[in-house]
Amino acid sequence: MSSTRTLVSPAALARPRGRAVYWTVFTAVVVLFTLAFLFPVYWMVTGATKSPDEVARTPPTLLPEHWHAGGYRDAWDLMELPRHLENTVVQAAGAWAFQLVFCTAAAYALSKLQPVFGKVILGGILATLMVPAQALVVPKYLTVADLPLLHTSLLNAPLAIWLPAVANAFNLYLLKRFFDQLPREVLEAAEIDGAGKLRILWSVVLPMSRPVLGVVSIFALVAVWQDFLWPLMVFSDTGKQPISVALVQLSQNIQLTVLIAAMVIASIPMVALFLVFQRHIIAGIGAGSTKG
Amino acid sequence: MTKTAERQPPAPAAAHPAPAPPPARDLRRRRLADQARAYGFLLGGLVCFALFSWYPAIRAVVIAFQKYTPGSSPEWVGTANFTRVLDDPEFTAAWRNTLTFTLLALLIGFAVPFVLALVLNELRHAKAFFRVVVYLPVMIPPVVSALLWKWFYDPGAGLANEALRFLHLPTSDWTNGTDTALVSLVIVATWANMGGTVLIYLAALQSIPGELYEAAELDGAGLLQRIRHVTIPQTRFVILMLMLLQIIATMQVFTEPFVITGGGPENATVTVLYLIYKYAFLYNDFGGACALSVMLLLLLGAFSAVYLRLTRSEGDT
Repeated sequence: MSSTRTLVSPAALARPRGRAVYWTVFTAVVVLFTLAFLFPVYWMVTGATKSPDEVARTPPTLLPEHWHAGGYRDAWDLMELPRHLENTVVQAAGAWAFQLVFCTAAAYALSKLQPVFGKVILGGILATLMVPAQALVVPKYLTVADLPLLHTSLLNAPLAIWLPAVANAFNLYLLKRFFDQLPREVLEAAEIDGAGKLRILWSVVLPMSRPVLGVVSIFALVAVWQDFLWPLMVFSDTGKQPISVALVQLSQNIQLTVLIAAMVIASIPMVALFLVFQRHIIAGIGAGSTKG
Repeated sequence: MTKTAERQPPAPAAAHPAPAPPPARDLRRRRLADQARAYGFLLGGLVCFALFSWYPAIRAVVIAFQKYTPGSSPEWVGTANFTRVLDDPEFTAAWRNTLTFTLLALLIGFAVPFVLALVLNELRHAKAFFRVVVYLPVMIPPVVSALLWKWFYDPGAGLANEALRFLHLPTSDWTNGTDTALVSLVIVATWANMGGTVLIYLAALQSIPGELYEAAELDGAGLLQRIRHVTIPQTRFVILMLMLLQIIATMQVFTEPFVITGGGPENATVTVLYLIYKYAFLYNDFGGACALSVMLLLLLGAFSAVYLRLTRSEGDT
């Protein structure tokens, strides 16, 4: 893969002048990336360990004079981070599970079970891609606050995150397209062996769909963890709020170093997830986009 | 092929008064059972789409013409919500800010990632490092990015002015100045979201066949000419798609103005979505909020339609 020809020819790069230019550009990009993307993160992580007057000092100190873990400890206790982290984990895990179960089942039905009006339903689902989610938050909020027919409110309950998460046309379509490509013969062979539809989904389709299930899982988890406006509307009860909402609500009246520490803690789970699965995530973004 | 086989039996079954169970009824029952099963699988998804996508879309349009207070029965008010919202001085400010934001985000958040991707594609060392580092801000929760930059923009000990002082440049008001506030927010959004764009461009650049560059070089095309006549035409489709996606995303900007500036100074950073939020949760005016939502919906729906048309036509070829 390194031998593929790009904009600059290998011959030009092999020349002494070409090599000098290459290494200059390379160094410049390394410096630029470090300053633009790594330094802010470094500043955040170390800022939390500075003392309150050191963090407010001009010119600032590049390295903390004393490393205080107190900022992190205070954030953990004063801002009740364990509770908000737990809320976020419950919301994200539930949304992930609901999406996997209901989106997979629906995608399987649309792809393989030929329901009447299947085309209409798929059209209706794809049409929601044209309706940007954020523009509908207010009527969605009113629906969640007073569910039609049932007349119950899901406000301040994790179901308010879990159920709307299922209405994710992008993930459902991703699954359906993957199922469409599964070889028909394998499914038919299972059917001849007497397997029911659920059995086929569970023991044939899902094991063959690991890559797409991985992508959908990551999308589902990241979406809930990063969301702000929807949980802000839905969780007015401070004790139920996920970490993103709690951070903003508490940012007004808390010491800067404590807030920064809380920001670092809130970032760790997603950054860790990314570092572990970076290869898959990066490959997924590239592949998903070019294959449309 | 099973379908054609199923369609034939009924006629002979009616002709023979055989004692065997009539296959037509049997088949119909089996088909009904198949459908019931298919809809059993669909049910959960369908209910969620109906409740949280289709119904709210219809409801937005309905409530836009109503005086709506939760708990009491709604009243029809004609176009009163629209006229009230249109008369609000914040309305003009919100649309002007949102459109300016979108335009600036296109200028900054578009040229920069493209150039970065072009350069990254030429580098043969530390490839994984660059890809991870550029995507890192995307994985930081948007609320954290916003709070982080709010601290950087702090007029006292903020890093942004410290950096300018270090370079002996005049300091800026950043989010406190009416002229600079919006640009400051665009910088935050670009920093936070650029990684995805860069990675998608990189994937597109890698799919360009190397022979095209070789042929262009043989024809005597210089570096810039190769970019103009090979790179850009080859990635035109991805560029267009990302541009539309970005327009749709930035038109819905909320987190940055809400967290960093609160819409200020002097409404300089109020966006349409922020105004929708204010109407619903500050003024308790759900009719007005829905009227605004409908306007945003129509505009973004048009952009989305273009986007889907483009993706579909490319898929056919």
